[in-house]
This record gives sequence, structure tokens and C-alpha cells, in this order.
Amino acid sequence: MSSINAQRVLLVLSAVALGAAATVAEISGAGATFPYPIYSKWADAYKQQTGIGLNYQSIGSGGGIKQIKAKTVTFGASDMPLEAAELQAAGLVQFPAIIGGVVPVVNVKGVQGGQMLLDGATMASIYLGEITMWNDPRIRKLNPSLNLPATAIAPIYRSDGSGTNFLFSNYLSSVSAKFKETVGAATAVQWPVGIGAKGNEGVANMTTQTDGAIGYVEYAYAKQNRMAYADLMNAAARKVAPDAETFQAAAANADWAHAAGYHVILTNQPGEKSWPITGASFILVYAVPANPGATAAALKFFDWAFRSGSKMASDLDYVPLPESLVTQIRNTWKTQIKGIPAI
Amino acid sequence: MNAVAAIDPTHAASQRLRERAFRAATFAAALLVLLLLGGVAVSLLAGSWPAFSHFKLAFLTREIWNPVTDQYGALAPVYGTLVTSLLALLLAVPVSFGIAIFLTELAPVWLKRPVGVAIELLAAVPSIIYGIWGLFVLAPVLQRHVQPWLIDHVGPVPLLGKLFQGPPFGIGVFTAGFVLGIMVIPFISAVMRDVFETVPDVLKESGYGLGATTWEVIWQVVVPYARTGIIGGIMLGLGRALGETMAVTFVIGNAHRIGSSLLAPGTTISASIANEFAEAVGALYTSSLIGLGALLFFITFSVIAAARLLLMRLTRKALSTA
Repeated sequence: MSSINAQRVLLVLSAVALGAAATVAEISGAGATFPYPIYSKWADAYKQQTGIGLNYQSIGSGGGIKQIKAKTVTFGASDMPLEAAELQAAGLVQFPAIIGGVVPVVNVKGVQGGQMLLDGATMASIYLGEITMWNDPRIRKLNPSLNLPATAIAPIYRSDGSGTNFLFSNYLSSVSAKFKETVGAATAVQWPVGIGAKGNEGVANMTTQTDGAIGYVEYAYAKQNRMAYADLMNAAARKVAPDAETFQAAAANADWAHAAGYHVILTNQPGEKSWPITGASFILVYAVPANPGATAAALKFFDWAFRSGSKMASDLDYVPLPESLVTQIRNTWKTQIKGIPAI
Repeated sequence: MNAVAAIDPTHAASQRLRERAFRAATFAAALLVLLLLGGVAVSLLAGSWPAFSHFKLAFLTREIWNPVTDQYGALAPVYGTLVTSLLALLLAVPVSFGIAIFLTELAPVWLKRPVGVAIELLAAVPSIIYGIWGLFVLAPVLQRHVQPWLIDHVGPVPLLGKLFQGPPFGIGVFTAGFVLGIMVIPFISAVMRDVFETVPDVLKESGYGLGATTWEVIWQVVVPYARTGIIGGIMLGLGRALGETMAVTFVIGNAHRIGSSLLAPGTTISASIANEFAEAVGALYTSSLIGLGALLFFITFSVIAAARLLLMRLTRKALSTA
């Protein structure tokens, strides 16, 4: 009798296990396009190891926030962190997953990658339409050795709402009061001058083939397309080149421990080596998930990525999160997300 | 066999039933179109209601499009939509007219078919291909060669020059109108060719018989006879130009601004929606984009209605003079 009972219990248990496995055969997420390359690479490796796939729709940060609020996905992804109050109101928990950088790219005759130096104030003036020619004295002053042509500047911007837009406009707002007042910082803003192009690819293409263009793209796009990027003057008035090291420097100076909901914006960070347009990409999940199994599976995926995905991230020119931050994030999961098994 | 069947009363009854069922099915199909149209209109209005009730008439009259301060006005996209379509027609109508006249009246017989097929193939090219071509091939040529010339030579001309000033970016309203023009040529010319072919040979032969030249026959016999069809073709092209999305998004510059110059970047209704809808955050932003869609619906509807009215008047006039 007891053996039959035991068998029954086993059967029920295995059925539960099967059921649980069935619900997490695929993790669903949607949002930011900026971290899409690394998420899909992680997903590929994770699927090979565990058999659990990730269905990530790179519809943009705004879309990611919308989808998680509509509860159509298990996690949302956004390059623009939500304020603590908004997180609270929506019952969401936020944590960073990856760090990357946005770089200015130029198309000026005779100027190669890394030859031009720009600073925030000059770029703000370009995007406000105050500087219209490449041989403007303010650009010449930063680049005394360059022979700058009398070509009109064609500022290129992201026409779709995007985290890249947010980081760039946030940076320009933090260095130029006028930009902050007239344009502001958001995933989509009203640019007073210039040409809009869709997506990182769109900006990259438009910049590459418009004489006198300046644009801004996620670092991987600039690197893979061998675009002529510009160096920047950072908050410490040092000239920095965009690479994993300077992105990391910006991230290292951030005060993650005291930011509610990890609301840290990494633009214009202090530090001699900090790249001024650095940003983290964030993940949003529910504090009280409707489907704890699915949320646990998503967190397991990110836990795995934090442990084993650093090399892949560096290969794609992203910066993995520092170890101390990862510990803090694991703690957040444990304390703030209800009803899920320990990760 | 059939005669026997027709006399058989049960067969006749089932025949009637089948006819009734068929009639009901076709009616349902026709009704579906009306329902769909009504559904689109209602959902567009419902979706755009927050924007219209919040901004009221200012939604139509303001150029501002600022997601940061949540202020939206449709003037720039509406302007861009109308101007690019108008530019497209300016380019496409004369060219299409030439193609159609050449094919029906002037071309040697062996050339008619290949050129006709080529035009139909052109109509089958997906719009994204035109967009890519516009961005990668046309825009650099315009930026390096055409636009500097226009700025130097037409720019200083009073009044007209205003349309050709500013820096040459290669893309913008002018380029979008140009690409659109090329895209609608096959549509307009195909319709025009078909209507020119309907002109009875007797009419043309009488013209020639009276000693008219080819020129006179074309302008005084063929064109007046085909007038309604020509307008129909132009309206078809205009309808396509107004709603075209992908190709325009590639080359217009996606800027919510009204530049006095045609060389400046702008935007159209459909390009704005395609660019921004997925990432639009906030009820008012989304609603304003749907509001743009409602406006496009209204504009296209008005164009078709205007075309119908014009055609009705023309036919009435033709009947009364006849």
C-alpha cells in the first residue's frame, strides 16, 4: 500500500517537474536593441548548455517597458532606467545586465578614426545647429593638427526612440545647459537640426555615405563597420578613446550601492579614464511574478550570463558588470522578488 | 438532361436554395469590406481621441513634435506627405504620359511588348528596394553633383531660389519626392497606356483622314477621349505616393520640421509612424501617432473622393456636350 502511495507521489512529482520544465522551455523578453547582440549570443550558448531558449524581441527600450507592463513577456529590457517611484508603482524590480558605450562617428574628408577630438559642448552646439561647418573655429581649436574642410556638417540622429538616443541626449544635456533646456534627454527628442535615421545601422549607413556627417552609434557598430570615430574630452578634461577599458572606468566610478532600483546613469562620469557616453542596459521583472517559474528561469539565465558570459561580452565590445555589482544584484533577487526558488 | 432537371420540382427548389446561399455569400463578402473600412475608421478615431481632445485644433496647426515635453503637432508630417507626393506627381505625370503615348501611338510594334513588360516589372519591385537604391545610389549622387549645382545656380534666383538653399545633405524632401516619382511612374503609365488603347481606331483614323498630324490626333482626339482614365491613373499614383512608407523613410531624413528649402530633411505621416510607433512611450505619444494615421486616412479618402467628383463632373460634361 505504502509503496503504491510512494509511486503515486513520485508520479505526481515527476509530472510537476515535467510541467515546470515545459513552462520554462523558452524564456520570453523584449526591449532594448543596444544589448541585443550580446543577449542573443548568451542565449545561443545557454540553449546549447541547458536546452532552454530565449525569445528576445529587440523592439526598443520604450517597447520593452510597454511589454513588461502589459505582462506579455517575462522580462523587459531598457537602456533608460526607470525611476524608483515608477518601479514601485508598477511593482517592478530593475537591475543592470550589461554595460556598453556610445561613440560619435564622423565622415569628414581626410579624417581617420581616432584623429578627431570633440568635447560635449561642441557636440551640443553641432546638434543645436550653432556650429554648421567643419572648419568652425571651435572644432579647429580642439584639432589644431587637422586640415578641416569647409564642408557643411550634417548631424545624423536616431529617428526611432532608443536607449542610444537617451544616452547621447542625456550626455549633451549634462554638459550643455542650453541643450538641456531646448532639447532635453529622452529615448526620443525633438532635434532642432539634422537628419534622422532608423536604428544603429541606419545612423551608421547614413553617416558613412553623407559627406560631412556626424552621428552616434553603439560602439560595436562603429567598430564592426570600421567607422571613423572621434575621441572625446571627458569630465576630468582628459582625452579618451572609446574602448572596453574606458567604458569600464566609467562604470567603476558609479555608486551602485546607494542607487534605489540601480538608477545610475553612467554618462559624464568623473575619473580620468571614463568614457563620457557610457550606459548600462537594464532588465525589468515583476516583484510578485504571475508565473514564478518563468521569472526564475529568466533570472537563472542572467545568473548564468553573469558567471559565464563575460568573455562573450568582451568579445562583442561590451563591458561585463563588476563582481561586486553582481553580488548586489543576486541579493536584490533574493530579497525583492517573491515566490521564486533560490537561484 | 437539363430540361428534365429543370422540370423536377425538388431540383428547382435546391437550385433556388443554392442561388440564395450564393447571393448571401457574395453579400457577406461585400459587407466585410464595409465592416473593415468602418472598423479601421473607428479604431483610428478611438485611438487618436486622447491626442485630438488634448491638443484640439492645435494638433493640426503646430509644427512641434517633442516627446520630452509631450507636445505633438501634425503640421510637419502632413506638409511632408503633401509636398513629396506633389513633387512625385510633377515628375511622374509628364514622364508617364510620354511613356504611354509612345507605347500606344508612336512605338514600332516590336518595341511595344518589351517596354510594356518592363514597366509592369518596375511596378512589381518592392518599395524597400527603391528605398535602398535611393539611399545608397541616388543620395550620394545628388549630394555631390546635383544639389551643389542647384544651390549655386537656382539658389540665388529670387522666390524660386528659396526652395533650393541650405547645405546639400543628399537626402531630404527633394530626394523623397524624386524616389516617389520613380515609384509611381509604372502605375500611372500602365493605366494611361490602357486607356489610350481604348480610344477607338475609327476616331483616330477620322482625324488622320481629315489631314491631322500625329500631334493633333494625340492632343485633340486621344487625350480628350481618355481624359477620365488619365485622371484616374494620376489619382492612383497619388494614392500610392501618399501612403508609401519604407522608401520614403530611407531618404527623407525623418525630421519633424518644415524647411523652406526642398533640400532640407523632413518627414511624412507614414514615415513618422514607422519610425516611432514601436518605441513610443506614454499614452499621448502613441495616440498622437495614431492621430497621424487618422489624418492620412482622411487625406487619402479626400483625394479619392475628389477624384470621383472630378470624374463625375467630367463625364456629365462630356455627356451634355455629346
